[in-house]
Amino acid sequence: MSISWLDDIRTQAKNQFEKTGFPASNLEDWRYTNVSAIAKKEFSVAKFVEDVDFDAVESGSAFHFVFVDGYFREELSNLPESITICSINDALKNHANLLQSKFNQAIQQSHGFIDFNTANFTDGLFVHIPKNTILEKPLQIIHIATQAAILPTRHVVILEANAKAELIEMFVSPEKYAYLTNSVSEIFVGENADLTLYKVQQEGENAYHFGGTYVQQADNARFTHHNFALGSLLARSDIVSDLETAAECELNGLYLGSKNQHLDNLTRINHLQPNGISREFYKGILNDQAKGVFQGRIVVAENAQKIDSQMNNRNLLLSNEAEIDTKPQLEIYADDVKCAHGVTVGQLDEKSIFYLQSRGIDEETAKHILTFAFANEMVDRVTFEPLKVQLAALLAVRYPMD
Amino acid sequence: MLKIKDLTVNVGTKEILKGLNLEVNAGEIHAIMGPNGAGKSTLSHVLSGKSGYEVTGGSITYNGKNLLEMPAEIRAREGVFLAFQYPVEIAGVTNVYLLKAALNAVRKHKGLSEVDAMDFLTLVKAKTKALEMDEKFLYRAVNEGFSGGEKKRNEILQMAMLEPQLCILDETDSGLDIDALRIVADGVNALRAENRSFIMVTHYQRLLDYIKPDFVHVLADGKIVKSGGAELALELEEKGYGWLEQA
Repeated sequence: MSISWLDDIRTQAKNQFEKTGFPASNLEDWRYTNVSAIAKKEFSVAKFVEDVDFDAVESGSAFHFVFVDGYFREELSNLPESITICSINDALKNHANLLQSKFNQAIQQSHGFIDFNTANFTDGLFVHIPKNTILEKPLQIIHIATQAAILPTRHVVILEANAKAELIEMFVSPEKYAYLTNSVSEIFVGENADLTLYKVQQEGENAYHFGGTYVQQADNARFTHHNFALGSLLARSDIVSDLETAAECELNGLYLGSKNQHLDNLTRINHLQPNGISREFYKGILNDQAKGVFQGRIVVAENAQKIDSQMNNRNLLLSNEAEIDTKPQLEIYADDVKCAHGVTVGQLDEKSIFYLQSRGIDEETAKHILTFAFANEMVDRVTFEPLKVQLAALLAVRYPMD
Repeated sequence: MLKIKDLTVNVGTKEILKGLNLEVNAGEIHAIMGPNGAGKSTLSHVLSGKSGYEVTGGSITYNGKNLLEMPAEIRAREGVFLAFQYPVEIAGVTNVYLLKAALNAVRKHKGLSEVDAMDFLTLVKAKTKALEMDEKFLYRAVNEGFSGGEKKRNEILQMAMLEPQLCILDETDSGLDIDALRIVADGVNALRAENRSFIMVTHYQRLLDYIKPDFVHVLADGKIVKSGGAELALELEEKGYGWLEQA
């Protein structure tokens, strides 16, 4: 399908990518994460495969939108009838004007992964929640990877004024070989609308993952994100939100690294107008030789007075070889604001371990109990109960307590 | 039940216990009193298996076994319980979870099956009520945001659930107002039994008004310098510790 406005954007992105490639580590936002291994893999873009070895996901408490290798699979999905939730390819046909008005509009600053995505996306998700409408059940977006290839998908989510929705992005793979997920989402939360977005990244152990979420929050819009980075060999997550007047943004994150995993989380909250509220809380647990990165920046523009903003990053380093690079930044150009940030990096508390031992619990189990508790604080913030249960079960497998 | 013989303990290079002897039989209540810095807390910690203490000599035999060879959790499973002077706050772990995990660890050690969930709840609620604690405490994180009195009651709740054989109360009266002291003492008295012994480590005689000891020992400069019956505590209350240290 050739659509001239899109072809122009894609050609431009392709040219840009050919010039720069994937981001180099001399760029400030990429200094802790070297992605040169990805280019060396010489992946090509995934092909559509007819037969997939998956059963349709059990419908029940959520709607489902399933991708296999970056292609929407309607036969595995389960979607509401009255609200527009379709593939981006369908949207190009049936919602062309709306899509064109939003496409590429939430991304203020591009880089190699986004350019590559724009030039090469195979498919994606398009959601349009009309004014004053509530999506009755959460929409679970499941990305299943089965090929050693690049899986680029592009998503546009639009909530009109006073709309409300919950989305859950899941990234999974039954395979152990290398592939690259490249998922870029543009999200538009309208006036007084409310979006909760969960991301559960459980890619295969040799996978590479780039996920970028770029959000525009209109006046009084609320955006809540929960970012669980569990899988993959190397993962980078970008979350960037631009807030208009009195918009509220809450970013929660949990990254659990073991073996030689590398998990990089970059967030930007841009308060463009007054009276906004932002809360950011990221926690990390790193075992073995794993490396975590937290780069959180909150920017308060000159006229954005009365901003109330807090950012926290807490880390547990459970091995001498594990590493965390944490860089919280406040960039404040207004003079009447309330902003705070804090970082901790530490080990498990010896006194707590002994207290549990003194009650009959062996040392290893005591450590698991304390580690589970540290991580579970983020799982407890999940308001969709089936997901909370699922995540708590994942933690219990990592940190067995029996 | 417990026999401590010529125990010497260092913290770093400093000798804290300097040849301590103590014998506790089943069903007895012993009070260990003494001035600050005498080594009272060191004794509690060494009995419970806390690290950071180097035993340089002597022995501790518990039910015929060498207590010093056991890691802390094994001591707990064998029935040694320390009620902490400063109970630790543990974020994210609820009281009810800890009680169940601890009870099951002890039961497993004894070759018993895990406690039935309903039986457990019935039991824990009854014990909570007996200590005049709100049930809501069960679902709060261990000691987090508890007042001094609530923390001490929580220690006694754990003790009541685990039904240990040797209970060590480390300065349990410190930081308690008179009402909380009475509740804690009632909780302890309710646990008195023929096969259960208590070691109460305390600076003040106050607790002994509520929990009457069979024996009182004065610990000064790392040794038991005087032993007697309950009346010795009253004498100490009157005269202080000075006369013993000079002796």
